[in-house]
Amino acid sequence: MYRYDEFDAQIVKERVAQFRGQVERRLSGELLEDEFKPLRLQNGVYLQLHAYMLRVAIPYGQLSARQMRMLARIAREYDRNYGHFTTRQNIQFNWVALKDIPDVLALLAEVEMHAIQTSGNCIRNTTSDHYAGAARDEIMDPRPWCEIIRQWSTFHPEFAFLPRKFKIAVTGAAHDRAAIRVHDIGLHMRERDGLRGFEVHVGGGQGRTPHIAALVNEFVPEDRLLDYLEAIMRVYNLHGRRDNKYKARIKILVNELGEEEFTRQVEAEFAAQRSHEKIDLPQAEIDRIHAYFAPPELATKPDTSDAFEAAKASDKVFARWARTNLHPHVTPGYTSVTVSLKPIGGLAGDATDAQMEIIANLAETYGQDDIRVSHAQNIILAHVALDDLPALHAELDAAGLATPNESLITDLIVCPGLDYCNLANARSIPVGQAVQQVFADPDYQEDIGRLHINISGCINACGHHHVGHIGILGVDKKGEEFYQITFGGRADEKAAIGDIAGPGLKSEDVPGALKRVVDRYRELRSGKDELFIDTLGRIGHDPFKEALYAAD
Amino acid sequence: MPLIKNGAEIDDIWAYVDGEAELSEGGCFTVPLARFLAEASTLAERNTQVGVRLAPDDDAALLEPYLQQIQLIEIAFPKYTDGRGFSQAQLLRRRFGYEGELRAVGHVLRDQLFYMNRSGIDAYETSRAALSEVVDALKEYSEVYQPAAGGRVPVFRKRHGN
Repeated sequence: MYRYDEFDAQIVKERVAQFRGQVERRLSGELLEDEFKPLRLQNGVYLQLHAYMLRVAIPYGQLSARQMRMLARIAREYDRNYGHFTTRQNIQFNWVALKDIPDVLALLAEVEMHAIQTSGNCIRNTTSDHYAGAARDEIMDPRPWCEIIRQWSTFHPEFAFLPRKFKIAVTGAAHDRAAIRVHDIGLHMRERDGLRGFEVHVGGGQGRTPHIAALVNEFVPEDRLLDYLEAIMRVYNLHGRRDNKYKARIKILVNELGEEEFTRQVEAEFAAQRSHEKIDLPQAEIDRIHAYFAPPELATKPDTSDAFEAAKASDKVFARWARTNLHPHVTPGYTSVTVSLKPIGGLAGDATDAQMEIIANLAETYGQDDIRVSHAQNIILAHVALDDLPALHAELDAAGLATPNESLITDLIVCPGLDYCNLANARSIPVGQAVQQVFADPDYQEDIGRLHINISGCINACGHHHVGHIGILGVDKKGEEFYQITFGGRADEKAAIGDIAGPGLKSEDVPGALKRVVDRYRELRSGKDELFIDTLGRIGHDPFKEALYAAD
Repeated sequence: MPLIKNGAEIDDIWAYVDGEAELSEGGCFTVPLARFLAEASTLAERNTQVGVRLAPDDDAALLEPYLQQIQLIEIAFPKYTDGRGFSQAQLLRRRFGYEGELRAVGHVLRDQLFYMNRSGIDAYETSRAALSEVVDALKEYSEVYQPAAGGRVPVFRKRHGN
């Protein structure tokens, strides 16, 4: 993984000093809250329902054990012994005192971490495939370019006060696990005539007006990528709407101009760049950054493991987990392991300080010191030998981290909702827990197969409800919470926004209604390997709408 | 309002004239872009300088033909959070090679100054940051990751010895 050199370390150190000064000026009253707000926001500090919240960047979701231990320490010393992993591969601490935040940032800097641009109207943490550099279906590793984008976008002087926040995602596999088509810019790595480059999608997003991104350029060679991003950003900075914050995202600009005109403007700006304006990253710098992401040196192993096969044969619990929580690795004899942060009845994405310490230890013992955070709010150990799985599973299980539900119906994406967030209209967490309870039986979950349920407590869609195979959106109607159900959303290479099924349901009716929908799917599917989303695509939404509202 | 340039507080000899009000003889004025463009030929005949104030939605590229004759362009930041002025400044400095004064006016706070400076703005009209704070703010970061108008060498060049 990437390691800071003296330049990176200096910049992060100076950020800590700068933010310490800003906090002092705020606490002394020199800065008004309105003036402090954009400053704290560019450093991941939100004023939430109960306290300040600190969002820490985990660039493209990758962590070392040492970094995970520091997150555990911060959870223990400055929060209430837990942290919340987010859908943008970051971590949030919900109970940090403002006066302590400069000290927390100083601790983070010790382990090459920061909270720079984790909120505010600027370019946010670049996200990626959580199996990057490990997945068998990967064509190119997106992380080096994520890091290049991280550095380019950090304190970019032109793009710190954009009309609205800006999110970039990069993937390097055919199957898109980074949801690039619902990002402001989505980059899909491509190869053409021996050159590496990027397919560029712009203007995707969720929130109150969801859009699938427009394909703006089929191939931008990698050495022109940053120039092309600058062209997009400048068009957006100058022409994005600033009169209404709900219409300020780039998706609205793309939509109002039309894809063709937006693309023309970007291409015109790109063509107008004079040679001295080009970023012209030296090849030596591109190579330097790539070198940090060289594959780990893994001992040669056969494709199968006797220890693994024996454990599957003798231990049903282990066998189930091995069926659900592993992902094919590029190296024979290895796998990527999902550490589920979705125990039944738990809080999606939450981990205690003790769990973080355990994950750090396991990553060192079994996982090449390489930890990932997925946008589905789970943790991944990217490189684990099949031989080590029985021992790893036993330790995860003892820590409550072996729930066998990766991508199954109980692996919900859930926003914090009205329990924590001051934007929310409705609670998300208890609804998610109630849905999990209905589907808790692991045999039932496995029979249902891959099915993504995503829950948001308001239209801002932090819980990604628009792209859930089944989406749940909490709304407030005259002081009462209702939940709107959508069908057919997906975030992958076939990205689609779900369709609203009909009137909202009361919270207590949601689990039963979803169970009817799922059981209807089990009756109607062509076979056990037809996923819910595919049955929906084949026969339409009507039978499922009927099931949703067919109260007993 | 205090005007800071090159690490010192300086006297402001310029006045901004909004709308169509007559420009008196002998003074240095800035006018809105639309007026500047409409009256460019008559303004050029004056004995004293006329500069331009850009509003956030003005197209800075329209000034390209006049940049040799302009000594002051003011970039208005009516709201702290409106970042269009940063793009205007980069365009004027880097694409069009403007070499006169580029002055930030309006809601100019200490914590924008570093970005303004890196965008090519070299004068700051502000009542919200004392001289010493402006000087400090411009030094907050000793390294930068990307090329911009200020001309500082980005770390990706320093790393490879140029």
